[in-house]
Amino acid sequence: MKDWKNVWIFAEVSRGKLSPTAYELLNAGRGLADALGEKLCAVLLGKDVKKFAADLFEHGADLVYVCDAPQLENYLDDVYAKTLSAMIKAYKPNKFLLPATNMGRSLSAKTAIFAGTGLTADATEVVINKEDGQLHATRPTFGGNLMATITCAHTRPEMCSLRPMAYAKAPRTEGRKGEVVEFAFNDKEFTSLAKFLKFIKSEGEGLDLSEAEVIVAGGRGLGKPEGFALLEKLAKRLGGTVAASRAPVDSGWIEYRRQIGLTGRTVKPKLYIACGISGQIQHMAGCSGADVIVAINKDPEAPIMKLAHYAVQGDLYDIVPAMLEALN
Amino acid sequence: MDYAINEMEQETLNATRELAQKKLKPLRAEMDAKEQFSKEMYEEFRKSGMFGLWLPEKYGGLGGGITCLAMAFEELSRVCAGLALTPGTTALGAIPMFLAATAEQRERWCYDLASGKKLWAFALTEPEAGSDATALKTTALKDGDYYVVNGTKHFISTGKEADFYTVAVNTNPSRGARGISLLVIEKGTPGFSFGKKEEKMGIRTNPTYELIFENVRVPKENLLGSEGRGLLYVQETLDYSRPGVAAQAVGIAQGALDETIPYLRTRKQFGQPIITFQALGHKVAELAAKTEAGRALVYSITHRMDEEFLPAVKAALENGTTVHDELKKIKGGRWTKYSAMAKLFCANTAMEVADECVTLCGGIAYMRDFPLEKYMRDAKITQIYEGTVHIQKNEIISALTKEYAAKGE
Amino acid sequence: MHILACVKQTPKSDNVKIDPATGCLIRSGAESAMNPFDEYALEEAVTLKEQLGGTVSVITMGPPAAENVLRDSIARGADKVYQLGDMAFAGSDTWSTSYALSKGVEKINSLEKVDLIICGKQTNDSDTGHIGPQISAWLGIPNAAFVRRVVQAGDKSIVVERLTEDGTEVLELPYPCVISVVKEISNPRVRSVKGRMAAKRAEVTKWTADDIGADKTKLGVKNCPTRVVKSFAPKRDANAVVVEGANGKEKAAKLVELLKENKYI
Repeated sequence: MKDWKNVWIFAEVSRGKLSPTAYELLNAGRGLADALGEKLCAVLLGKDVKKFAADLFEHGADLVYVCDAPQLENYLDDVYAKTLSAMIKAYKPNKFLLPATNMGRSLSAKTAIFAGTGLTADATEVVINKEDGQLHATRPTFGGNLMATITCAHTRPEMCSLRPMAYAKAPRTEGRKGEVVEFAFNDKEFTSLAKFLKFIKSEGEGLDLSEAEVIVAGGRGLGKPEGFALLEKLAKRLGGTVAASRAPVDSGWIEYRRQIGLTGRTVKPKLYIACGISGQIQHMAGCSGADVIVAINKDPEAPIMKLAHYAVQGDLYDIVPAMLEALN
Repeated sequence: MDYAINEMEQETLNATRELAQKKLKPLRAEMDAKEQFSKEMYEEFRKSGMFGLWLPEKYGGLGGGITCLAMAFEELSRVCAGLALTPGTTALGAIPMFLAATAEQRERWCYDLASGKKLWAFALTEPEAGSDATALKTTALKDGDYYVVNGTKHFISTGKEADFYTVAVNTNPSRGARGISLLVIEKGTPGFSFGKKEEKMGIRTNPTYELIFENVRVPKENLLGSEGRGLLYVQETLDYSRPGVAAQAVGIAQGALDETIPYLRTRKQFGQPIITFQALGHKVAELAAKTEAGRALVYSITHRMDEEFLPAVKAALENGTTVHDELKKIKGGRWTKYSAMAKLFCANTAMEVADECVTLCGGIAYMRDFPLEKYMRDAKITQIYEGTVHIQKNEIISALTKEYAAKGE
Repeated sequence: MHILACVKQTPKSDNVKIDPATGCLIRSGAESAMNPFDEYALEEAVTLKEQLGGTVSVITMGPPAAENVLRDSIARGADKVYQLGDMAFAGSDTWSTSYALSKGVEKINSLEKVDLIICGKQTNDSDTGHIGPQISAWLGIPNAAFVRRVVQAGDKSIVVERLTEDGTEVLELPYPCVISVVKEISNPRVRSVKGRMAAKRAEVTKWTADDIGADKTKLGVKNCPTRVVKSFAPKRDANAVVVEGANGKEKAAKLVELLKENKYI
């Protein structure tokens, strides 16, 4: 086990863009690397991805492994997992953090089997246990009702996918440099029977949820799909976008992509206005990272009225129009 | 109380209750307001086997009888009497076919019927022939291997959505009522079109259309039974279908109570839950008792019907005969009086319960946000279709008069 | 077409309770059911069977009571059901569980060739989403996760849409392959009367670790790579400022004022 050294993070690139999760992982990974006295390394897979190395160095990476190949342009589980497990075999990392994005979840799972090691999913906190240097990854289970701390004692690397937005982005130090190690793509071995046909960009209007600074979310209390039109007005006025809890999505009032919570997206806006949302733990898991949460609910006993920073008891169909009026 | 006497009936109740809560309930207000047929719900009914409940396993059905059909219709109507009509009117349209069809005709139609791939509807009523079906004017005159159909039917439930229409026509107008026959006419047959869509008081999600036949050529293989016996099949159909309407009415009454009692329990006025006011509580008790009485009547009758219906179906399949003929062999008697009693009592009960429930709950129940006003609108149709309550009384008194006359009393 | 759905029996998500003192799940009285995400997987399997013909098999791994989810699968339209049950499996993490399931899949495949394996996106108790990709890894076959739509299921391959954060990717996977599906994929039906009756009578094939030829050194709490070392109830903040006002209008005005004051807007 002594051979296994350094903390790795997977710097996800898709469609030519570095995912912001890379900076979050660098932040989380920096803590681990410092606790261990090891290097923090980032892994870049894709086509024309070497250029991101400089940015990763500036955000704390000491070393960046790059596998740059046209075959990696689009994400295919087998190609990526085979490449990654070959890199693991070659360089023997101690800990390996991946983002719990759609790509990261799937990739980490397959890679763990190829690499013959354990994996913790969707952690919200990672620390090094002082006594044995093991990774302690804490994650919500049972729909967020229970937190569990998970270890992987006997195999390396200890792998973990980290929930997006669980960590802040690593600070940038301009001009910080590091070492690039290139890993050659093996045409014969890193193959997949699957074929990538095409990408269709989301047709959804409005800002991407992960980038929105203001989110106005609606729940069961909206009572009807048209309620979102009202929320949209408020969101537009505040320069944000709309989202939903699970109930409206299940009722088909709004697309699944807009669902916030454990089975939907995790968001971290500045301002989160929850309208007619009761505040079940599954939902709060997706929005509790917001700087400020406002709850508008008829029921003063709804859980969200205690979890929010500001609680407004009343009918959202009174409050929201009145807010618009007050804003104008 | 559940009146299931076997596993199949109990599971019918379980399945339809789940279907109603999970699938009908979220849609009912929207579809009622839009006055639109729900394709989504049609698909749900199809996927959960609602069209084949009363049909033999040979055709992909469940093998249940009139009771299973009625139980399903009750439980679905308990949540939404309108959406429930998709399987309900398909059964109504298909029962006359199923009773009178030859083995070959059954092969042709029953598989797609049981799977729900094709919807059926029943077309009897005409502008000039409502309660008096004998006055119908739609003609079907023989021309070689075809009947040429001309005329208009109106107030046809599930119109335009249904694929097959069991249409009462006159194949021999000179013989009057004795010229009435039943033809199965498929949507899309040239000359067959749809006229006005009705705007209704209740059951709004179910489309009610006028059917227009202009020189529609229908193959003679689509004739049910023999020419001139149409009214007999219609009467026999109504014997089996009226308990279904009665079951629907029981469902509406029960559904209204389901909405009312929790509201009365939680609504406080003068410092106490209003259900504790005896005048209100006693009213609810009366309504609940009447509803239960109606339910007991419906299933007492359907269980007795099934004792004949199921063996007749089995024999028809074994012998390659019609269900109608096998029923005659078993009993030959008629259910008209009891069917009419069930429909009369239950329809009146549904109307009374829904009406009283709206009053009990007060202002909120008058608002469309609350489901009760819909129950009141929907209840009304049960007093009207498949024979008004007055026609049911005619059936009952006519049967009674005959019975006592036969006894010489 | 032989489609295999993987399902799990989990606590019903709406009645999970945690003992605040011990931080443990209160299992007594907790009702179990099919993992809700697996309902979408099974529904898609049954829908594909209805369109293309074939067989839907269902596999689960779990204690004896997990037989209930297999019977439930029959009620929802499955044809054949298989249960992996053995003390050797107990306490397995996703690495070991996916290994055991992959051995079960191989055994089913030896009885009738499996074309497509469908898993739910994740379970509602452990929420990992690992099982689909990991089964495919053990079996050495292609997979796609977060599948939201089957565009076309052909004779030799399936074309699917995979959900990403920014859109949809369209992939073609040759059989045999594994897809893990999100709830958009299907609308689970209500169990039919026939299905409910068949469920009671269905034959459940039960296999032990030996029956599927699984290597026991890869199974169970002692052998799997990860381990839960601590569990506890999450902390929650309770410090809401109640925005007061005589009516909705006043409260709204006050709220806007507060948000402005604190520079949130």
